[in-house]
Amino acid sequence: MIKLENVSKSFFDGKLSVHALHDVSLEVGTGQIYGVVGTSGAGKSTLIRCVNRLEIPERGRIWVDGQEITALDAAALRKARQGMGMIFQQFNLLSQRTSAENIAYPLEIAGFSKTEREARVKELLNLVSLEDKANSYPAQLSGGQKQRVGIARALANHPKILLSDEATSALDPATTDSILELLLDLNQKLGLTILLITHQMDVVKKVCDHVAILENGYLQESGAIFDLIAEPQSRLSKAFFPPIQESLLDPEAIQAAITFIGDAADEPILASMMRKFEVDVNFLGGNIQQIGKRRVGQLQVELKGKQIAESLSFLQERGLRVEVKK
Amino acid sequence: MNIGDWLPRLWQESLTTIYMVGVSTLFTVLFGLPLGVLLILTDENGLIPRPGLNRVLSFIVNLARSIPFIILLVLLIPFTRALVGTSIGPTATIVPLTLAAVPFFGRVVESTLREVPRGLIEAAQSMGSSIWQTVSKVLIPESMPGLILGVALTFISLVGYSAMAGAVGGGGLGGLAIRYGYIRYETEVMLITVVLLLILVQGVQWLGDRLAARVSKK
Repeated sequence: MIKLENVSKSFFDGKLSVHALHDVSLEVGTGQIYGVVGTSGAGKSTLIRCVNRLEIPERGRIWVDGQEITALDAAALRKARQGMGMIFQQFNLLSQRTSAENIAYPLEIAGFSKTEREARVKELLNLVSLEDKANSYPAQLSGGQKQRVGIARALANHPKILLSDEATSALDPATTDSILELLLDLNQKLGLTILLITHQMDVVKKVCDHVAILENGYLQESGAIFDLIAEPQSRLSKAFFPPIQESLLDPEAIQAAITFIGDAADEPILASMMRKFEVDVNFLGGNIQQIGKRRVGQLQVELKGKQIAESLSFLQERGLRVEVKK
Repeated sequence: MNIGDWLPRLWQESLTTIYMVGVSTLFTVLFGLPLGVLLILTDENGLIPRPGLNRVLSFIVNLARSIPFIILLVLLIPFTRALVGTSIGPTATIVPLTLAAVPFFGRVVESTLREVPRGLIEAAQSMGSSIWQTVSKVLIPESMPGLILGVALTFISLVGYSAMAGAVGGGGLGGLAIRYGYIRYETEVMLITVVLLLILVQGVQWLGDRLAARVSKK
């Protein structure tokens, strides 16, 4: 649905050229919620703004829904933008328009008649549960309500994709959750493809099925979230399950990280392993995270004994990911 | 002369001032608003970056604003005569008044539109707005309270200018104050015209403030 191919972009800060994006390629499939994470200055904002060409990439090509965005002329770009919704950290609502009028804006741009606009606005207010705020001005709304108006506005023209630029970063945790719920709901109900950027790992954990990690303009890793988590060396896995300090480790033992996803987390596999094989297990640390609707856990263990290899393959046969560190 | 005898004249000249300044303000908005929009759009960070054109426009604006109004009045006499057939009287005065106020109001518009957050313009762009739509549906409506105050400010500046024009045959309260009050030592006439001008200025400012507050939804 969205494809970036070798996209580069640099900014000029005086004479110094600062790379905001460096040869970034990624692909977002239809119906995915794709999160791009990174610290501020990592280039994620530039990345999402390249998708609707608010920022013009220097090199590389970008496709959205089969259309090469980087090759469009101004009129075709405006048309293409009408098929992409975008929401922002600062909401960016027109302060002189009511909620309903804000939501009607993209419909005016697209040339719908007044009656068509009114009907659609009503539908959208309903979709984001703001029926009673139709005539309120942004100044009279809370942050969460403003973002709901922003979402309704972004969806007005039935876009296939939604671009979310730190949409929850200015909101408190409870409001963030309700907005994320809404995004998840829209993704499932409308089949909406969502590309979101965030610096909050929590957002990724709650809604994303795919993730890319951006650092200093370089794409460090990308893929399905459970694949990345199952890879203990991945940055995503390390972010969720911080590794144990070296100084605590027993030099005689074998260290391993055991990751279990979904159903495997509910079965006492480790206990059966310990009964079955001649192996001592020393737990260094562990953590279970709720990611989307599934539970993902990781245990960091030290193993001692004669049947280490056998016990590890026993775990792998039962669907656990095992990474031996030494 | 008795003050009572002056009243019809004062009333007449008040109306003349309101006519001159009112019509000039109208034309100023008509020409100054596009000028301000053009200054914003062609800025190097604007929607149609044309730094060269922007510099030229900006220079013309500065030049026009540097010419003292009294000089402009004289300089424009041939132009005014060509345009309205005469260079004397209230209608003729509208020409130099407008020309003096357009660059001023253009700058007021420019600085008011600059206050619109960049994010709003980007949001409009992201929804596929054309430049015209961004100007007419975002930039101007979002700046409406500031623009209203700018119009009031321009009107008030023009009241001052119109007095100068009055001195050289433009008519209106200012002319009355100078001809009778100042030159013929009719101190009372001068005082009354000043009070009338004060009421006009105060009233327009009050109206502008009220209107701006009413329009603002922030």
